[in-house]
Amino acid sequence: MVNDPIHQFRIHPILGPWNVFGQEIAFTNSNLFMGIIVLVVVGFLLLASNKKALVPGRLQSVGEMWYNLVHNMVENVLGHEGAPFFPLVFSLFSFVLVANMLGMFPYFFTVTSHVIVTASLAVFVVGLVVVVGIYKHGLGWFKLFVPSGVPLAILPLISLIEFISFLSRPISLGLRLFGNMLAGHIVLKVFAGFVVSLVALGIGGAIGSIAPLFMAVALTALEFLVAFLQAFVFAILTCVYLNDALHTHH
Amino acid sequence: MDANAAKLIGAGIACIGMGGAGIGVGLIFGNFLSGALRNPAAAGAQFTNALIGAALAEGLGIFSLVVALLLLFVK
Repeated sequence: MVNDPIHQFRIHPILGPWNVFGQEIAFTNSNLFMGIIVLVVVGFLLLASNKKALVPGRLQSVGEMWYNLVHNMVENVLGHEGAPFFPLVFSLFSFVLVANMLGMFPYFFTVTSHVIVTASLAVFVVGLVVVVGIYKHGLGWFKLFVPSGVPLAILPLISLIEFISFLSRPISLGLRLFGNMLAGHIVLKVFAGFVVSLVALGIGGAIGSIAPLFMAVALTALEFLVAFLQAFVFAILTCVYLNDALHTHH
Repeated sequence: MDANAAKLIGAGIACIGMGGAGIGVGLIFGNFLSGALRNPAAAGAQFTNALIGAALAEGLGIFSLVVALLLLFVK
């Protein structure tokens, strides 16, 4: 079906597939766009920091805003101890932001609309929280699940709830980004499909198709906002979760 | 009822959950705005917190959307 809104998310091999130890491995369009994302991020930041002018030009201003946004975020949430994690948060933010933004171009593949990509990032972040927490505080880190000042009678219940809420973090972190990108792109495709099917009805339909066309344009603007917002939210939730690992007082 | 119809109805029912997320996000930004209009000087620093709250509320709505999509498209 041409108007199938799910078709845009199909992964197809560009090179391969090769058979490596009984496992099918191929260079897919997803891999290609991940490579492009890294090239765009690195290329843009190299270009922006090329001149190092005292009074920044347009390109350098964008680069500085980009850097300062993440730097302020890490500084505000994590404080000075968060400085070692700045490169990680910056990389995550840049990758997700450029992935979301590139996905907005027609016929471009949206890497973050696949749950395997976002879930890997989320599991990595929460795994890092556990590793850093135990490295910094030893077994004392598990006090995270035992809030102070809670009556002993309901402490097991509270601990269980805290534990489950911790376990749901990688799921919610990954699914939020995935769901937002997937839903946004499906909605855009559905409204574009309305235009096509209305025009096919004849002249009356063609006039009526202006309404969904306007809606599609407005939704595209909204999707650009969502693309930025979700990258920002992903980065700041990474900071908030890392804060649990660095400072255990609950 | 045939299984496919039940699937479609289930997907529709699952989407009701997104209404709850809509209420939650609306409450967060509504309360943020009413607070920001009372004390505009303090609003800028709290915008990030509003975004975190909205993201957490929205995430739960996304769960129900994902359930609906799983019902629709996973064979």
